[in-house]
Amino acid sequence: MFTVGAVGVVIRRNPVVVFMCIELMLNAVNLTFLTFARYQLVNPTGTDIAAQRSAMAGQMMVIFVMAVAAAEVAVGLGIIMTIFRARHEVDVDDLNLLRG
Amino acid sequence: MITPEFVLFGILAAVGVAASVGVVAFNSAIRSALCLVLNFFVLAVLYFTLNAQFLGITQVVVYTGAIMVLFLFVIMLLNIGAEHFLNEKFDYKRIVGLAAGVLLFLMVGSQLLPALQSFNHVSALGDYGTPQAIGHTLFTEYVIPFECISVLLLVGVVGSILLAKRKM
Repeated sequence: MFTVGAVGVVIRRNPVVVFMCIELMLNAVNLTFLTFARYQLVNPTGTDIAAQRSAMAGQMMVIFVMAVAAAEVAVGLGIIMTIFRARHEVDVDDLNLLRG
Repeated sequence: MITPEFVLFGILAAVGVAASVGVVAFNSAIRSALCLVLNFFVLAVLYFTLNAQFLGITQVVVYTGAIMVLFLFVIMLLNIGAEHFLNEKFDYKRIVGLAAGVLLFLMVGSQLLPALQSFNHVSALGDYGTPQAIGHTLFTEYVIPFECISVLLLVGVVGSILLAKRKM
Protein backbone atom coordinates (compact mmCIF):
# COMPACT_ATOMS: atom_id res chain seq x y z
CA MET A 1 0.00 0.00 0.00
CA PHE A 2 2.86 2.31 0.79
CA THR A 3 4.43 1.74 -2.61
CA VAL A 4 1.12 2.34 -4.39
CA GLY A 5 0.71 5.63 -2.52
CA ALA A 6 4.26 6.71 -3.32
CA VAL A 7 3.76 5.97 -7.02
CA GLY A 8 0.50 7.92 -6.91
CA VAL A 9 2.15 10.96 -5.33
CA VAL A 10 4.73 11.05 -8.11
CA ILE A 11 2.45 10.34 -11.07
CA ARG A 12 -0.81 12.19 -10.48
CA ARG A 13 -1.07 15.87 -11.31
CA ASN A 14 -4.28 16.71 -9.53
CA PRO A 15 -3.24 18.05 -6.11
CA VAL A 16 -6.26 16.65 -4.28
CA VAL A 17 -5.46 13.14 -5.58
CA VAL A 18 -1.82 13.63 -4.53
CA PHE A 19 -3.09 14.41 -1.06
CA MET A 20 -5.20 11.26 -1.05
CA CYS A 21 -2.15 9.18 -1.93
CA ILE A 22 -0.31 10.74 1.01
CA GLU A 23 -3.18 9.62 3.24
CA LEU A 24 -2.86 6.15 1.72
CA MET A 25 0.79 6.01 2.75
CA LEU A 26 -0.07 7.13 6.28
CA ASN A 27 -2.67 4.38 6.59
CA ALA A 28 -0.22 1.77 5.36
CA VAL A 29 2.16 2.84 8.11
CA ASN A 30 -0.67 2.64 10.66
CA LEU A 31 -1.40 -0.92 9.65
CA THR A 32 2.26 -1.84 9.98
CA PHE A 33 2.45 -0.34 13.45
CA LEU A 34 -0.61 -2.24 14.65
CA THR A 35 0.55 -5.52 13.16
CA PHE A 36 3.89 -5.31 14.88
CA ALA A 37 2.22 -4.27 18.10
CA ARG A 38 0.16 -7.45 18.16
CA TYR A 39 2.47 -10.01 16.59
CA GLN A 40 5.88 -9.47 18.02
CA LEU A 41 9.00 -11.42 17.26
CA VAL A 42 9.49 -14.09 19.87
CA ASN A 43 12.17 -13.10 22.33
CA PRO A 44 12.96 -16.01 24.65
CA THR A 45 14.78 -13.95 27.23
CA GLY A 46 12.37 -11.02 27.24
CA THR A 47 9.74 -10.52 29.88
CA ASP A 48 6.04 -10.27 29.38
CA ILE A 49 5.87 -6.70 30.63
CA ALA A 50 8.06 -5.46 27.80
CA ALA A 51 5.78 -7.13 25.26
CA GLN A 52 2.70 -5.49 26.75
CA ARG A 53 4.39 -2.11 26.82
CA SER A 54 5.45 -2.31 23.22
CA ALA A 55 1.96 -3.43 22.22
CA MET A 56 0.49 -0.35 23.88
CA ALA A 57 3.26 1.79 22.38
CA GLY A 58 2.27 0.62 18.90
CA GLN A 59 -1.33 1.68 19.49
CA MET A 60 -0.27 5.04 20.91
CA MET A 61 1.81 5.65 17.80
CA VAL A 62 -1.19 4.90 15.59
CA ILE A 63 -3.38 7.31 17.59
CA PHE A 64 -0.84 10.10 17.21
CA VAL A 65 -0.36 9.43 13.50
CA MET A 66 -4.15 9.62 13.04
CA ALA A 67 -4.32 12.94 14.90
CA VAL A 68 -1.42 14.42 12.93
CA ALA A 69 -3.00 13.25 9.67
CA ALA A 70 -6.29 14.92 10.57
CA ALA A 71 -4.55 18.23 11.32
CA GLU A 72 -2.48 18.16 8.14
CA VAL A 73 -5.49 17.30 5.98
CA ALA A 74 -7.34 20.34 7.32
CA VAL A 75 -4.43 22.70 6.72
CA GLY A 76 -3.44 21.16 3.39
CA LEU A 77 -6.91 21.35 1.91
CA GLY A 78 -7.08 24.98 3.05
CA ILE A 79 -3.84 25.64 1.18
CA ILE A 80 -5.20 23.94 -1.95
CA MET A 81 -8.39 25.97 -1.83
CA THR A 82 -6.45 29.22 -1.42
CA ILE A 83 -4.31 28.38 -4.44
CA PHE A 84 -7.36 27.59 -6.52
CA ARG A 85 -9.04 30.82 -5.57
CA ALA A 86 -6.09 32.68 -7.04
CA ARG A 87 -5.46 30.66 -10.17
CA HIS A 88 -8.50 28.53 -11.13
CA GLU A 89 -6.19 25.74 -12.27
CA VAL A 90 -5.87 22.09 -11.43
CA ASP A 91 -2.24 21.20 -12.10
CA VAL A 92 0.66 20.64 -9.73
CA ASP A 93 3.19 20.78 -12.55
CA ASP A 94 2.45 24.48 -13.02
CA LEU A 95 3.11 25.39 -9.39
CA ASN A 96 6.84 26.02 -9.75
CA LEU A 97 7.37 29.38 -8.09
CA LEU A 98 9.79 27.81 -5.60
CA ARG A 99 11.99 26.39 -8.33
CA GLY A 100 15.54 27.69 -8.02
CA MET B 1 -1.89 -23.95 7.08
CA ILE B 2 -4.87 -22.34 5.49
CA THR B 3 -6.89 -21.30 8.50
CA PRO B 4 -10.16 -19.38 8.17
CA GLU B 5 -8.46 -16.30 9.58
CA PHE B 6 -5.86 -16.50 6.85
CA VAL B 7 -8.57 -16.71 4.21
CA LEU B 8 -10.35 -13.71 5.74
CA PHE B 9 -7.12 -11.75 5.84
CA GLY B 10 -6.39 -12.71 2.24
CA ILE B 11 -9.77 -11.47 1.05
CA LEU B 12 -9.50 -8.22 3.00
CA ALA B 13 -5.95 -7.60 1.85
CA ALA B 14 -6.84 -8.23 -1.78
CA VAL B 15 -9.78 -5.80 -1.64
CA GLY B 16 -7.62 -3.23 0.16
CA VAL B 17 -4.79 -3.40 -2.34
CA ALA B 18 -7.24 -3.25 -5.25
CA ALA B 19 -8.85 -0.16 -3.72
CA SER B 20 -5.47 1.51 -3.22
CA VAL B 21 -4.49 0.81 -6.83
CA GLY B 22 -7.85 2.26 -7.79
CA VAL B 23 -7.03 5.49 -5.94
CA VAL B 24 -4.03 5.99 -8.17
CA ALA B 25 -5.42 4.60 -11.41
CA PHE B 26 -8.78 6.32 -11.80
CA ASN B 27 -8.73 9.48 -13.85
CA SER B 28 -11.56 11.29 -12.11
CA ALA B 29 -10.94 12.56 -8.59
CA ILE B 30 -14.29 11.48 -7.21
CA ARG B 31 -13.71 7.82 -8.09
CA SER B 32 -10.32 7.97 -6.41
CA ALA B 33 -11.95 9.40 -3.30
CA LEU B 34 -14.56 6.63 -3.20
CA CYS B 35 -11.86 3.99 -3.62
CA LEU B 36 -10.05 5.55 -0.69
CA VAL B 37 -13.22 5.32 1.42
CA LEU B 38 -13.45 1.62 0.58
CA ASN B 39 -9.80 1.22 1.51
CA PHE B 40 -10.35 2.86 4.89
CA PHE B 41 -13.29 0.58 5.65
CA VAL B 42 -11.22 -2.49 4.76
CA LEU B 43 -8.45 -1.21 7.02
CA ALA B 44 -10.93 -0.74 9.87
CA VAL B 45 -12.06 -4.37 9.52
CA LEU B 46 -8.40 -5.42 9.51
CA TYR B 47 -7.86 -3.52 12.74
CA PHE B 48 -10.78 -5.43 14.24
CA THR B 49 -9.20 -8.74 13.26
CA LEU B 50 -6.03 -7.56 15.00
CA ASN B 51 -8.10 -7.14 18.18
CA ALA B 52 -7.66 -3.37 18.24
CA GLN B 53 -11.29 -2.35 18.65
CA PHE B 54 -10.82 1.25 19.69
CA LEU B 55 -8.53 1.98 16.76
CA GLY B 56 -10.90 0.33 14.33
CA ILE B 57 -13.78 2.55 15.41
CA THR B 58 -11.48 5.57 15.47
CA GLN B 59 -10.40 4.79 11.93
CA VAL B 60 -14.02 4.78 10.77
CA VAL B 61 -14.98 7.91 12.67
CA VAL B 62 -11.88 10.03 12.13
CA TYR B 63 -10.53 8.92 8.78
CA THR B 64 -13.64 7.94 6.89
CA GLY B 65 -16.07 10.21 8.68
CA ALA B 66 -14.06 13.40 8.88
CA ILE B 67 -11.08 13.36 6.55
CA MET B 68 -12.80 11.78 3.56
CA VAL B 69 -15.80 14.05 4.01
CA LEU B 70 -13.38 17.00 3.88
CA PHE B 71 -11.89 15.59 0.68
CA LEU B 72 -15.28 15.11 -0.90
CA PHE B 73 -16.34 18.63 0.02
CA VAL B 74 -13.19 20.09 -1.51
CA ILE B 75 -13.67 18.04 -4.69
CA MET B 76 -17.25 19.24 -4.90
CA LEU B 77 -16.38 22.89 -4.27
CA LEU B 78 -13.49 23.01 -6.71
CA ASN B 79 -15.35 21.07 -9.38
CA ILE B 80 -12.31 19.09 -10.40
CA GLY B 81 -13.07 17.01 -13.46
CA ALA B 82 -11.26 14.17 -15.10
CA GLU B 83 -7.69 14.56 -16.20
CA HIS B 84 -7.11 14.49 -19.91
CA PHE B 85 -4.28 12.84 -21.73
CA LEU B 86 -3.37 15.96 -23.62
CA ASN B 87 -0.11 15.18 -25.34
CA GLU B 88 2.86 12.86 -25.37
CA LYS B 89 4.84 15.07 -23.00
CA PHE B 90 4.01 13.36 -19.75
CA ASP B 91 3.63 9.77 -20.93
CA TYR B 92 7.20 8.96 -19.98
CA LYS B 93 6.63 10.23 -16.47
CA ARG B 94 3.93 7.66 -15.79
CA ILE B 95 6.06 4.78 -17.05
CA VAL B 96 9.09 5.91 -15.08
CA GLY B 97 6.95 6.40 -12.00
CA LEU B 98 5.48 2.91 -12.30
CA ALA B 99 8.91 1.37 -12.82
CA ALA B 100 10.28 3.22 -9.80
CA GLY B 101 7.32 2.02 -7.74
CA VAL B 102 7.88 -1.61 -8.71
CA LEU B 103 11.56 -1.20 -7.87
CA LEU B 104 10.71 0.30 -4.46
CA PHE B 105 8.32 -2.56 -3.75
CA LEU B 106 10.95 -5.14 -4.69
CA MET B 107 13.61 -3.44 -2.60
CA VAL B 108 11.47 -3.15 0.53
CA GLY B 109 9.73 -6.49 0.10
CA SER B 110 12.89 -8.50 -0.48
CA GLN B 111 14.27 -7.30 2.83
CA LEU B 112 11.11 -7.69 4.89
CA LEU B 113 9.08 -10.59 3.58
CA PRO B 114 11.48 -13.54 4.09
CA ALA B 115 12.00 -12.54 7.71
CA LEU B 116 8.29 -12.52 8.49
CA GLN B 117 7.31 -15.98 7.36
CA SER B 118 6.88 -17.51 10.82
CA PHE B 119 5.20 -14.53 12.36
CA ASN B 120 2.21 -15.83 14.25
CA HIS B 121 3.14 -15.58 17.89
CA VAL B 122 0.49 -13.42 19.46
CA SER B 123 2.25 -11.73 22.35
CA ALA B 124 -0.19 -9.04 23.33
CA LEU B 125 -2.97 -9.35 25.87
CA GLY B 126 -6.42 -10.14 24.65
CA ASP B 127 -7.82 -6.80 25.69
CA TYR B 128 -5.01 -4.51 24.64
CA GLY B 129 -7.29 -2.73 22.21
CA THR B 130 -10.14 -1.82 24.51
CA PRO B 131 -10.76 1.84 25.36
CA GLN B 132 -9.95 1.20 29.01
CA ALA B 133 -6.46 -0.08 28.27
CA ILE B 134 -5.76 2.67 25.75
CA GLY B 135 -7.08 5.38 28.05
CA HIS B 136 -5.02 4.09 30.95
CA THR B 137 -1.84 4.13 28.88
CA LEU B 138 -2.63 7.41 27.18
CA PHE B 139 -3.14 9.32 30.38
CA THR B 140 -0.31 7.85 32.43
CA GLU B 141 2.65 7.14 30.18
CA TYR B 142 1.89 9.25 27.12
CA VAL B 143 0.32 12.34 28.63
CA ILE B 144 2.97 14.72 27.31
CA PRO B 145 2.50 13.66 23.65
CA PHE B 146 -1.23 13.89 24.30
CA GLU B 147 -0.94 17.54 25.32
CA CYS B 148 1.33 18.23 22.35
CA ILE B 149 -1.26 16.69 20.03
CA SER B 150 -3.94 18.96 21.47
CA VAL B 151 -1.74 22.00 20.83
CA LEU B 152 -1.12 20.72 17.30
CA LEU B 153 -4.85 20.35 16.66
CA LEU B 154 -5.42 23.87 17.97
CA VAL B 155 -2.76 25.18 15.59
CA GLY B 156 -4.41 23.24 12.75
CA VAL B 157 -7.82 24.75 13.50
CA VAL B 158 -6.41 28.28 13.66
CA GLY B 159 -4.44 27.75 10.46
CA SER B 160 -7.33 26.39 8.45
CA ILE B 161 -9.64 29.20 9.57
CA LEU B 162 -6.96 31.72 8.62
CA LEU B 163 -6.58 30.11 5.20
CA ALA B 164 -10.30 30.20 4.57
CA LYS B 165 -10.83 33.87 5.24
CA ARG B 166 -11.42 36.02 2.22
CA LYS B 167 -9.94 39.24 3.49
CA MET B 168 -6.97 39.41 5.80
